[in-house]
Amino acid sequence: MQDNDRPIRVLVAKPGLDGHDRGAKVIARALRDAGMEVIYTGIRQSPQMITQAAAQEDVDVIGMSILSGAHLEILPEIMGLLRDQGMDDVIVVVGGIIPEVDRQPLKDMGISEVFGPGTTTGSIVEYIQETVKNRARD
Amino acid sequence: MPSKDKKQWLRDTLEPSVKKFPERREKFQTDSGLNIDPLYSPEDLQAQGLDYDKDLGYPGEYPYTRGVQPNTYRGRVWTMRQYSGYGSAAETNERFRYLLEQGQTGLSIAFDLPTQIGYDSDHLLAKGEVGKVGVPICSLVDMETLFEGIPMDKVSTSMTINATASLLLCFYIAAARKQGVSQDQISGTVQNDILKEYIARGTYAYPPRPSMRLVVDVFKYCAENVPRWNTISISGYHMREAGATAVQELAFTFANAIAYVQQALDAGLDIDDFGPRLSFFFVAQNNLFEEVAKFRAARRMWARIMKERFGAKDPRSMMLRFHTQTAGVSLTAQQPDNNLIRCTIQALSAILGGSQSLHVNSRDEALALPSEDSVQLSLRTQQILAFESGVSDVVDPLGGSYYIESLTNELEAKALDYIKRIDDLGGSVEAIEQGFQVREIGDAAYKHGQEVESGDRTIVGVNRFTTEEPPIEGLLRVDEEAALIQIERLAKLRKDRDDGKVKAALKELERVARTEENTVPAILECVENYCTLGEICQIFRGVFGEHQGAFTF
Repeated sequence: MQDNDRPIRVLVAKPGLDGHDRGAKVIARALRDAGMEVIYTGIRQSPQMITQAAAQEDVDVIGMSILSGAHLEILPEIMGLLRDQGMDDVIVVVGGIIPEVDRQPLKDMGISEVFGPGTTTGSIVEYIQETVKNRARD
Repeated sequence: MPSKDKKQWLRDTLEPSVKKFPERREKFQTDSGLNIDPLYSPEDLQAQGLDYDKDLGYPGEYPYTRGVQPNTYRGRVWTMRQYSGYGSAAETNERFRYLLEQGQTGLSIAFDLPTQIGYDSDHLLAKGEVGKVGVPICSLVDMETLFEGIPMDKVSTSMTINATASLLLCFYIAAARKQGVSQDQISGTVQNDILKEYIARGTYAYPPRPSMRLVVDVFKYCAENVPRWNTISISGYHMREAGATAVQELAFTFANAIAYVQQALDAGLDIDDFGPRLSFFFVAQNNLFEEVAKFRAARRMWARIMKERFGAKDPRSMMLRFHTQTAGVSLTAQQPDNNLIRCTIQALSAILGGSQSLHVNSRDEALALPSEDSVQLSLRTQQILAFESGVSDVVDPLGGSYYIESLTNELEAKALDYIKRIDDLGGSVEAIEQGFQVREIGDAAYKHGQEVESGDRTIVGVNRFTTEEPPIEGLLRVDEEAALIQIERLAKLRKDRDDGKVKAALKELERVARTEENTVPAILECVENYCTLGEICQIFRGVFGEHQGAFTF
């Protein structure tokens, strides 16, 4: 995936029916300002639409925001589709309203990081840069 | 020698003092970016040309800046209306009864996302969303369960429902009929404000133009049949939550209101037939004085829009009546008890601003739907403000404050500038189609985010005065069983009902949708024959098409 002369490519997605996209858009802008190439899907994306967009756009990272509480139903499906399509190397991060107790189960299904309320965009940028760099080295 | 005017005071008294003891910030601004002087005096109001009779007047009199009721809360305090709904109709019915027992005076239904967007609980896209952010209502049967044991002629009910507003109104009318309550006896509100869904909230279904027709169908139907129903709650709340400033909240709300009024006039309605049933919904944010000024400016702006722009004659058409909710976006996951204090300050602004109805958020809502204990605290916050603090004993207590009047004027002027820009784009619907409001709000949200990250804007417990703390306990979690039970109920309904009647009602609805006839009676016919929400919306999707959201950020 990531070679050295290409900027990090990120798909910012809103899975499910939740329309609260303030956070997703702020993060999309911050990632773009940090030099990444950002594709925003818009709201109301099905798992198929998200994984398809990720494949087409050849992204290094998928960042998803869910505030409706549907994360435990929607995210396993997306992780399953990524696996089926041989896209396990894509780094998946999520944010939104995710209770503390759900974080470990989400990580266990292959999600790299869960960003809670109050996370700075700076720390998300840093996390993505580091993780992509480390993965390229593997 | 005392200063003879503000200018002299600034120069001779303030400046030397500030030189010795510098101020905390280089410049002070409201949340909308309005500059704040260190002090306001009669000269500021004079400079703005404030005329008491023309711009303020007495409460209950045009332009209603000081209140639409002569005595505001001295007769009856505001309606305490906590927004709630989750899991299933039966579970929400229990929460409603609990709230009414605790002294709540009106109901406010939160629907789950599939219900808001027009999908039945068993639809593929509903997976994981059933009962999560509200109650699923797929048919008349669900609405009957929701109101079991609650007399629908006694309680007023607000429904946060937009794309599917006319359907839910029909479910409500039909459920009331089952209780022996006729449609002229029920009272309440449907949000029915589709335009802000395209701008901020996202629960649209069809494209803007056919959706505007559905909105006005409700105005028409209710003007003739449901006289005590508020046919729309034109909402700034969600746009503000998405990042808008107070100025943008006022401007975009009234620009939308203007579009609805124009649409209704174009459909042949008389302004004073539907004007008195238009209601509004604003947020109460943290900046206490700016918020109070915003509510006062809103009353004056609406009165003038209705009288001067649209030529309304009935004073009731000019009276801005509004619900307020404290700001969800201001709640923090860190140090959640701090949210109680934020909510109290915000609620105070709503009351000082003369709100007719109020929802106070709960301490745990940055993390989940509120628990029963947290909701009780929210209601108690309202009751303490209403019955202990004394703020409800006098009308418009901040009226005449040099600062508040000055802010009221400035907010109004800035918002009117924005409305002019939207008018120049061709009105709100055109501006939405061009992505204008979304861009403006996105810019404001990003700026706010940067200010928090740089520490320029303090959020206690988040970027200052932080502590390490264990995660909050006792959060409400929606039982996964609830969705399964709902899907079973729906399967049973589909089996038990009269298929012939269902098909006939849906066919008639499709015919009506293709004409210019009012859709509400046909929807009501569908509902009473147990057609489901998803089936009815499927008809509309076929006739009107589906709205595609934007990908810009």
